[in-house]
Amino acid sequence: METAYESAKKNKQAAQKEVAEPVKKYRIKSLRKREELSGFLFISPWLIGFVALTLGPLLFSLYVSFTNYNITSKMDFVGTQNYQNMFFNDGLFWTSLWNTLYFVAFSVPLTTAGAILLAVLLNQKIPGIKVFRTIYYLPAVLSGVAVYLLWMQLLSPSTGLVNTALSWFGVRGPAWLFDPEWTKPALIVMKMWSVGGGMLLYLASLQGVSKAMYEAADIDGASAFRKFFHITLPMITPVIFFDIVTSLIGGFQIFQEAYVMTENGDGGPVNSLLFYNLHMWNKAFEVFDMGYASAMAWFLFVIVLVLTVINLKFGKRWVHYGGGDEK
Amino acid sequence: MSTQEHSPKFYETMSFKRRMKKMFVLLLLILGSIVILSPVWWMISTSLKTPGEIAQYPPSFLPDSFQWSNYVKAWQTAPFTRWALNTLFITVCVVIGNVVVNSFVAYGFAKIRFRGKNLLFTLVLSTMLIPGFVMMIPQYMLFSKLHWINTYLPLIVPAFFGNAFFIFLLRQFFKTIPDEMIEAAKIDGANHFQIWWKLAMPLMKPAVITVAILSFNGAWNDFLGPLLYINDEKLYTLQIGLQTFKGTVQTQWHYLMSASVLVLLPVILIFFFFQRYFIEGSNITTGTKG
Repeated sequence: METAYESAKKNKQAAQKEVAEPVKKYRIKSLRKREELSGFLFISPWLIGFVALTLGPLLFSLYVSFTNYNITSKMDFVGTQNYQNMFFNDGLFWTSLWNTLYFVAFSVPLTTAGAILLAVLLNQKIPGIKVFRTIYYLPAVLSGVAVYLLWMQLLSPSTGLVNTALSWFGVRGPAWLFDPEWTKPALIVMKMWSVGGGMLLYLASLQGVSKAMYEAADIDGASAFRKFFHITLPMITPVIFFDIVTSLIGGFQIFQEAYVMTENGDGGPVNSLLFYNLHMWNKAFEVFDMGYASAMAWFLFVIVLVLTVINLKFGKRWVHYGGGDEK
Repeated sequence: MSTQEHSPKFYETMSFKRRMKKMFVLLLLILGSIVILSPVWWMISTSLKTPGEIAQYPPSFLPDSFQWSNYVKAWQTAPFTRWALNTLFITVCVVIGNVVVNSFVAYGFAKIRFRGKNLLFTLVLSTMLIPGFVMMIPQYMLFSKLHWINTYLPLIVPAFFGNAFFIFLLRQFFKTIPDEMIEAAKIDGANHFQIWWKLAMPLMKPAVITVAILSFNGAWNDFLGPLLYINDEKLYTLQIGLQTFKGTVQTQWHYLMSASVLVLLPVILIFFFFQRYFIEGSNITTGTKG
């Protein structure tokens, strides 16, 4: 024990000597090296995950999309066969793409506008406003199968709450999930219910808009309408932009709702709920045509990428980044 | 406020107009609240009705008699207890992974200087733009090669390799720690690992709790992961279990709704107890802090 202690003490003294002796320049350099090393150590979990769970599989699936891979036996190179089949031989591919575009085209603008409107209302100084914020946010935390089941009940054509409420106003509600014309609107109605999630983002940014601007506008006698369109809206454009980019990407992911709310994920009446991902899912995990499914996945990736790039490009024109606002 | 040519009528005054506006907004918010809350209330009320009462038209708004036994029967019709424990196990593992690993990585991006940091961080952010579904098929191929199908590994292990959104969120928080504080700790002989665990983590407790709650919700409600990787009914999670239950009891809505209420209950409880942390999460995303 003693010897160990003594040798440790000696080592320490030696180490101290070593540190004290070399020129300052060397010390700084080695410190910087250590800093650099610990930097990479800290981000290494993400870096490993990125290579092993994102980049690797992504590139592998690009290769697979040119083969007839089915997980178990074959993996032959088939050239662009999968892509040709997708574009020219699979009618359901186009149906699913159309259904998805329809859903995105309506749900994204509606939820964005709804969230902004709600945030403006919830940004007023009114007694009990915190309770209102909680209520409107609640549906955003409720998700998963339970909520889909609930909406199947709410949208039930004869005894559901939605059609019952419509009947009070003399409106005969549609058959929702049973009428191919109304299946997608049904899902959009369901999405609108949880608009409070986006609202919270806007609320936070509305509270960041300086009061001075509104006071200045008040002195000029601006109407509430003008103030909204000329101060509020421009000031929150960065959040609108963020919201649109992320909800576009999210919109293309629609799958679970359709899978749970239709019989065995079969796409609902007349395939009206056969979304892109549902079709891809069936190809990948029902018939195990991984080559074809990978081709579909890559095509989806390209669509989303192009839309995001367009977004980023046009974003510069209308997104207003306030002065002195650091990233 | 200064010179007034005639004394205004009460309905012309600013304060009256402002009060009317507030009343209008209040009315709107109350009506909206009813619309927002009615589905939740409908779920609870349906869960307490008899099948006969559910089928009746027009529907009743309160159950004639409260059928509490629906809950017991629904829970016993399927192995829900087993599924709940499975879900809890996965969720706890995922939350631990997310909290520890993402804060570790985020600290590296926020407080350590190294070459290529900005480029790598941009890469982190850009992975958020890849649709999850695009990743799903290649990941499935990977995990099936590793013989991880029908185990919890594909659901848990990825949580230990960082999540772009959480890294971003925590980095924004860690950046608010003054550099002087880190330097002082270094002079006292602490290394980055100690600074992260003993200084940054306790200091950023609210952010860490936010990540814990968001990842709890994510794991608890995850449907796609278990649907893809779990085939054995004994290993099911609540989400998949509920989906199977839907097939077994068909349109027996009293059972479906009572099971749904029970599955949602933990999420609702956490929401009410930790509300402010949800708000923290979205404040950071819009860059109000940091």
